[in-house]
Amino acid sequence: MTAPHELGAAADPRTAMVLAGAEEGGSLGRDAWRRLRRDPAAVVGFVLVVLFVAVAVLAPWLAPYGPTDTPGQGTVTPTNIPGPSAEHWMGLDNLGRDELSRVLYGARQSLIIGVVSLLLGATVGILLGLLAGAFGGWVDNIVMRVVDMMLAVPQLLFAIAVAAMLGQSLTSVMIAIGVTNVPVFARILRGSMLAQRGSDYALAATSLGVRRRFVVLRHVLPNSLSPVIVQGTLALATAIIDAAGLSFLGLSGSDPGVPEWGRMLSETQRFLASAFHLAVFPGLAIVFAALGFTLLGESLREALDPKYRR
Amino acid sequence: MGTGTSEELDLGQAPGRPGRTAYDGPLLAVDDLSVTFTRRGRRDVRAVDGVSFAIRPGETVGLVGESGSGKSVTALAVMGLLPGRGVRVGGSVRLEGEELLGASDDRLRDLRGREMAMVFQDPMTSLNPVVSIGVQVTEVLRRHRDMTREQASVEAASLLRRVGIPDPVRRLKDYPHQLSGGMRQRALIASALACRPRLLICDEPTTALDVTIQAQILDLLRQLVRESGTALLMITHDLGVVAGLCDTVHVMYSGRVVESAPRRPLFGSPRHPYTGGLLASIPRLDAPRGAPLHPIQGSPNDTIPWETGCAFAPRCDHRVDACTTSAPALEVRGHASVRCWNPLPPPGRTAAAQEEDA
Amino acid sequence: MLRFAVRRLMQLVPILLGLSILLFFWVRALPGGPAVALLGERATPEKIAQINRLYGLDRPWYEQYLSFLERAVQLNFGSSIRTQRPVTEEFLRLFPATVELSLAAGIFAVGLGIPLGYLAARRHTTLLDNVSVTGSLIGVTVPVFFLGYLLRYAFAVKLGWLPATGRQDSREFLDAVHPTGFYVLDGIITGNPAAAWDAAKHLILPGIALGTIPLAIITRITRASVLDVVHEDYVRTAEAKGLLKRTITRRHVLRNAMLPVITVTGLQVGLLLSGAVLTETVFAFDGVGRFLNLAISNRDFSVIQGFILIIAVIVVVVNLLVDIAYGLVDPRVRAR
Repeated sequence: MTAPHELGAAADPRTAMVLAGAEEGGSLGRDAWRRLRRDPAAVVGFVLVVLFVAVAVLAPWLAPYGPTDTPGQGTVTPTNIPGPSAEHWMGLDNLGRDELSRVLYGARQSLIIGVVSLLLGATVGILLGLLAGAFGGWVDNIVMRVVDMMLAVPQLLFAIAVAAMLGQSLTSVMIAIGVTNVPVFARILRGSMLAQRGSDYALAATSLGVRRRFVVLRHVLPNSLSPVIVQGTLALATAIIDAAGLSFLGLSGSDPGVPEWGRMLSETQRFLASAFHLAVFPGLAIVFAALGFTLLGESLREALDPKYRR
Repeated sequence: MGTGTSEELDLGQAPGRPGRTAYDGPLLAVDDLSVTFTRRGRRDVRAVDGVSFAIRPGETVGLVGESGSGKSVTALAVMGLLPGRGVRVGGSVRLEGEELLGASDDRLRDLRGREMAMVFQDPMTSLNPVVSIGVQVTEVLRRHRDMTREQASVEAASLLRRVGIPDPVRRLKDYPHQLSGGMRQRALIASALACRPRLLICDEPTTALDVTIQAQILDLLRQLVRESGTALLMITHDLGVVAGLCDTVHVMYSGRVVESAPRRPLFGSPRHPYTGGLLASIPRLDAPRGAPLHPIQGSPNDTIPWETGCAFAPRCDHRVDACTTSAPALEVRGHASVRCWNPLPPPGRTAAAQEEDA
Repeated sequence: MLRFAVRRLMQLVPILLGLSILLFFWVRALPGGPAVALLGERATPEKIAQINRLYGLDRPWYEQYLSFLERAVQLNFGSSIRTQRPVTEEFLRLFPATVELSLAAGIFAVGLGIPLGYLAARRHTTLLDNVSVTGSLIGVTVPVFFLGYLLRYAFAVKLGWLPATGRQDSREFLDAVHPTGFYVLDGIITGNPAAAWDAAKHLILPGIALGTIPLAIITRITRASVLDVVHEDYVRTAEAKGLLKRTITRRHVLRNAMLPVITVTGLQVGLLLSGAVLTETVFAFDGVGRFLNLAISNRDFSVIQGFILIIAVIVVVVNLLVDIAYGLVDPRVRAR
């Protein structure tokens, strides 16, 4: 490892790092973008994410039926729930509704929950992290104690507690998942700001007499954001899975007409032996959506992390 | 220490070990060694290119060059420590006549630590942080000298004492983070010398240390090598280290040896402009006050491939036309071997006289 | 070492206090207050006032908090409105089942994840490596309940190899006694190996469903950690000493590579206990998680409050133990 390292040893690597760190985000972003395009995982993740968003937005035009239409009325009985056919690609559900249409519409709920809870969690988390990272001292101490406390409760249990408190609604699911994201973002931003503050280029800027506020806002913060972006992408995956979990537990919105992947799975339970397709399709939808964001997030992490740049 | 005024070197005393068959060749013979790093989708990088040198028993040899010159890769190739994949090694490395390139992994494991040992640059990272110093010194004894745990502990304590670590019995129980950088390097030297190897390779052993500690470590190495008769291959970018230690010096540039000479002539009358530049860039106490330093211009990156000429040519102030059209060969000139079309003249002789000499 | 453990123990105090405050206000933040939550649709102003007096909800909040704290320390979280039995008693009755399930999942995740991650790192960029990397990426995205369905359908419904639900075949082992509540252990100590085997079979599918995400995470971190460590200078030092491969692996690679794995494995305990809510529901496995799920649908708030607080305390304490275990392996932590 050291051997090839030494070969490339251009100028002093530390000098190079100071220069790279002090630069604005532009070249780092371009560099990361170039690596992302070459990474098959990133490409697959990107395609899945685009597909997911497109389905969510275009569901009314893509779906052959409305989410509450019952084209199978009359043919469906509790013991005879037809599976996939040329007419209904994903079969019918126990009420005679078109499963494909419901899966497509279900993407909307997942996307809304994911985005809103992410915005909520990230905004509050970033503010707290900024507070802790920029001021340090006792502010940092208090913020981090609260964060530790929130992290002590397993994320899903935390979301259950919040959602149970707020009652069954879409809003309460979004708030619940958003709240569980707060400590994660706060800790990540704070950690990376501390690391950046101690870095050579920040010290260099400070020693040149640049004001602290300026160093934090212009240098430390922009350079600390890449782990936050990565976490944001990954949090979308978690939000989709957790939202499904909450609605599986009956904590989602109270309107059973609105298709939701987690609840579709939960309602399937009774028909597991006779209509397995009702479990497979919403389940796969969750997996593909979450996988898209996970792949994208992980490859972003690798692309943005200087450690992987060789 | 050798005073090497002639081609014939003054060797350190290296008593042959009992039980060893008489062998009067060099201890280590490196012949036309080349190391190429290959990576898919990238241009091959030839890090070491036709390097040859030999070390006699008990001799101290310096391998000098800037980072990127291939000196560390040479050492790793000798030890068989280059990664298996993505590296092509050619030529020959013989230890007491035994070919090491292509030797089995088992055989190399038997030789490493017992016949040849190595001390690396950074003592902060070269010790395992979660294993006690005692285990890290005794493991090599238990591996190669079949000692019991107790015997090895006793031996390890005496080794630590020999390398100047106070209170060695207590130190055996300590972990690396409890030791200073200098102490750690002493511990690493102790474990390298534990099996009394015939060859010790030190790769920049003092670069990561404070200046005051550097001198202590060098003194220690000098003393240990003299006492034990171990041959030493010293890899460094620092001619100051070489000056106090080495009998013979090989200067490397961009993967090739550009000058080989005994210490005295090398310092007294460097022949390769690169060696001359290195010497001129060392601050000297005996220089007149205010005398300017003469750094080599450019950076090690400003090279041309050896195939098309001398790699040092772009930075060289003795450059002639031939330098950028064809590569010079390593030729014997006086006390030294020099790879140069236009070497520096020996002291007291004019360039014209030098032409006759060559 | 002892000082290190005590210091870490002291750090627990503010976290636990904070948690108790959080959950104390949680119940009071319920829409309409705890009395309405308790009474549901039967709430009338008189009844609310009556409940408030009964539970001291008309007193100032700090008095209420202190008495809540006092009762919490005695593990008194009130009674379940569904079963009318004390929350703590219900928890203790069901906890062995969840522990048994989590252990099964944990053994699956650790027992498979560490060797797999290690092999993937040593065969870096080979097929095995790629499969394990891809597998662990997919593994973290499969919802526990979906995986549970798939396993149930394949191995219970279609193949019929393993039982689909429950902890024990109640018809066949009608007379099995359960002194500890750990069914496998119970079968062994009461001299009923058939019952123990049956209980173990009931653990396989839910164990795999619950253990898959931790398996993916542990495989990943092991692989990454081993890859980091094999390039460390001290491994090269060990190679330069000519040590045997197995010594280098055991002493220099694994001992260091396991440090992050220990931490991450400890963090899985929270994931296992919360995932149990979903897994136990899918497999009708009678444990803490299923009970919590029933409490949610019945708005049984004292159960939700009590269970979550107890689980959080368990998670915090386990993480503390993991930290101390870490200190045993890493001398640098002890010194801090």
